[in-house]
Amino acid sequence: MQRIGDAPAVRRGLIAVALLLAGLFLLLPLVAIFAQAFAEGVAVFWTNVSDDYTLAAIGLTLFVTVLTIPICLVFGVALAWLVTRFDFPGRRLLQTLIDIPFAVSPVVAGLVYLLLYGRNGWIGGWLDAHDIQLMFAWPGILMVTIFVTSPFVARELIPLMQAQGSREEEAAVTLGASGWTLFRRVTLPNIRWALLYGVILTNARAVGEFGAVSVVSGAIRGETMTLPLHLEQLYQDYNTVGAFASAALLALLALFTLAAKAGLEWRTARQEVSP
Amino acid sequence: MSQRAARLALPLPARTQRVLPGFGLSLGISLTFVSLVLLLPMTGLVGQLKGLSLAEYWAIVSDSRVVASYTVTIGAAAVAALANAAFGLLMAWVLVRYDFPGKRLLDALMDLPFALPTAVAGITLATLYAGNGWVGALLEPLGLQVAYTWVGIALAMAFTSIPFVVRTVQPVLEDLPPEVDEAAMTLGAGDATGFRRVLLPYLWPALVTGTGLAFVRSLGEFGAIIFIAGNAPFETEITSLMIFVKLQEYDYAGASAIASVVLAVSLALLLAINVWQGRFIRKLHGGRG
Amino acid sequence: MSIRLSDIAKHYGRAGRALEPVNLEVAEGELVGLLGPSGSGKTTLLRIIAGLERPDRDPAGRILFGDRDVTDVHVRDRRIGFVFQHYALFRHMTVFDNVAFGLTVLPRRERPSSGEIRARVYRLLEMVQLERFAERYPAQLSGGQQQRVSLARALALRPEVLLLDEPFGALDAKVRQELRRWLRQLHDELGFTSLFVTHDQEEALELSDRVAVMSHGRIEQIDTPDALYHAPANRFVFEFLGDVNHLEGEVRDGVLTCGAARLRTSLPEGRERLLLRPHEVRLAETPSPEAHLPATVTAVSPVGAEVRVELAADWMAEPWLATLRHADYERLGLTRGQRLFAVPRRWHRFTADGRPQPAAPARAAAA
Repeated sequence: MQRIGDAPAVRRGLIAVALLLAGLFLLLPLVAIFAQAFAEGVAVFWTNVSDDYTLAAIGLTLFVTVLTIPICLVFGVALAWLVTRFDFPGRRLLQTLIDIPFAVSPVVAGLVYLLLYGRNGWIGGWLDAHDIQLMFAWPGILMVTIFVTSPFVARELIPLMQAQGSREEEAAVTLGASGWTLFRRVTLPNIRWALLYGVILTNARAVGEFGAVSVVSGAIRGETMTLPLHLEQLYQDYNTVGAFASAALLALLALFTLAAKAGLEWRTARQEVSP
Repeated sequence: MSQRAARLALPLPARTQRVLPGFGLSLGISLTFVSLVLLLPMTGLVGQLKGLSLAEYWAIVSDSRVVASYTVTIGAAAVAALANAAFGLLMAWVLVRYDFPGKRLLDALMDLPFALPTAVAGITLATLYAGNGWVGALLEPLGLQVAYTWVGIALAMAFTSIPFVVRTVQPVLEDLPPEVDEAAMTLGAGDATGFRRVLLPYLWPALVTGTGLAFVRSLGEFGAIIFIAGNAPFETEITSLMIFVKLQEYDYAGASAIASVVLAVSLALLLAINVWQGRFIRKLHGGRG
Repeated sequence: MSIRLSDIAKHYGRAGRALEPVNLEVAEGELVGLLGPSGSGKTTLLRIIAGLERPDRDPAGRILFGDRDVTDVHVRDRRIGFVFQHYALFRHMTVFDNVAFGLTVLPRRERPSSGEIRARVYRLLEMVQLERFAERYPAQLSGGQQQRVSLARALALRPEVLLLDEPFGALDAKVRQELRRWLRQLHDELGFTSLFVTHDQEEALELSDRVAVMSHGRIEQIDTPDALYHAPANRFVFEFLGDVNHLEGEVRDGVLTCGAARLRTSLPEGRERLLLRPHEVRLAETPSPEAHLPATVTAVSPVGAEVRVELAADWMAEPWLATLRHADYERLGLTRGQRLFAVPRRWHRFTADGRPQPAAPARAAAA
């Protein structure tokens, strides 16, 4: 089979350019992160990572992420089920609305939460009177993290569930299945990998969110610093190696995310050939 | 007739019975979430803006330093998006059309910018391209300064939005049947002509969508940029940073005014991309969008 | 169990009516085909009977299974078997699990023991001759096998009503023929009431006790295959059930003229449109005194019991099709490009609104 661009010279040239550019713009930064983190040896890296403030930042980041994932999961599944299985007025609008967090600058996202729940906002004022502080504390960080990660699960599920259609579910209904049984036995097995990937993406973004979190965090060391904020602080303090130690941890998570994606894709591709 | 139309307009007629279960539950969860998480916070912005007169509002958003930040942001985002259009098209092409060692790795690497926290990308790029960094040390003698200039902003924007073009063009290219190439070649088209006249028109909608998404993302990017930008007033300040600066000065009204401009622009762009996408889906699949 | 529909109508939004108010009765144990072109409303009607779609509330139609009014009963509780057009098998389950699904989701009180489920599933798989494939996944089966699994799955709950949506649509001709015969046998053996949708006239006529011909959301006629073919209720049914040749012209002084074509008739003066089946056209080397219909042979297909000949002429709006016996074909020595004359044996007429008018043999044939 002969196709456009198959001439050996074109082929080799394009592959070479692609590899060069990818190496320069993607691989080199990745290598640089670890090179910087270990610039002063493994011992220094370890000291940086096991530093109290770093551990506190890791703890807060994990805590926020663990709370974010189930909330986004329930919302994502419900929304995907709603817009792919039913026709109702406003369906298209709802689908557009969930893209808002993708389009809105994270700083703006943080700002609108600060305005509403901060001391001067109409809810924040009431909360303040009752001595409840959401902003500049972990609940605020959780809220903006949920905002920025909310589309991921739904965005993974909707195209898949649309492509699969509702025929299998209809068949299950004619056979007497209802509610939870139907979802668990027919829908879930068909969407589980997409669901897992949605969760992995949610996880990556929740851990790494910077702009929105930096607006509502208040940046109190050891208390409201997530890992990305912590590394920013270190970087501003000219503690480059320390900053990159935290960066390396986050980069490891990114590598895990990429590996998981590749693994899931490989799995799906294999499934299409034979289940 | 009008009676029937009126009944149709009701979203949930009392006796409606849906075949699949869970309509009420999923609608309830979705609407609650969208209202509380996505829409309610917007009222905070509206409330803050109500305190401003039109003249005050205009003074804030048309302040010369803020206007300079629009220029920097839009200009750099446009350059980043265009660079990504070319880069993404090349990557998608190479990944779909050719087989070579390391292809799987390259494919996986494409998603790195989405998986890597933006702050990590920011300090890494800043370190690499600073005068004493690996790349900066090579470029600076040539008179090319990237870090702390406008070029650095565009670079950071381009890095964080790499996957958009690749991942929108790739599936379209994969779905393209070999007959299209073969038809073009039997009609005498060479590589360049065949690509430009036959393949590119196929990829065009996806390419535009991907580039549009990359542009929108670049406009809003913050974490990756502030480390490399230098943040000099009038020169290397992006609009997101202006909002951040106003907030640190406790100028909530100023921050809100600028944020409202950013928000309006990005929502308008999002809508435009959605409409554009809907149109080309209708064109390809006939009638229904 | 009998099925009775009265005043079942359906429209979608402002897009218009998918189904005009329809009345239909299917007797217990009957096998009825719903036949029509795409967009005629046949699938909508089937899905309404199943409970997968809701009929309009205005007019307030009713659906009765025997004496039970199921109009407001959820599909889950209607106890029907439904076979989907593209099988809709659960792709992540084995053949066994697919067939067992309906039994395993029964409420605990009614659910058979796992041993009994196993026995019942194997009995069904035996019936559809797939017991060797129990542990396979749907993607590992051929289309015909998947359709049989789908049928076994629908029959697992022993429904008294079986509904099939284009059951053989996606299969190739030979498998289709086989499955048809087999479905008919199964139907007669188990005695359920069946309703199936098809756009294939041959399939409908061959398989059904009665066929309902549908177009534009209406049932045009419901009758036995024989009655449909020989006594069509209107032009649509006539034209839909088989190939038709048209002869349209002006009648003056007992002669119908259409360009170079002339046919002597006893029809009243004025414009006339005659319809002829391919077997109602005879071919001759010379015109008869009654009929002068010159035509050129454009294609000949001598495969099958009869020879199909395609004819073209300036006076035809569309090419004609004639079928003749092999003996006649050989006698005439037909080749492509040959000029000859068509002679109608008989023809059919319909009024402007599509009602049939007494069909009369052409004079030439009578002579």
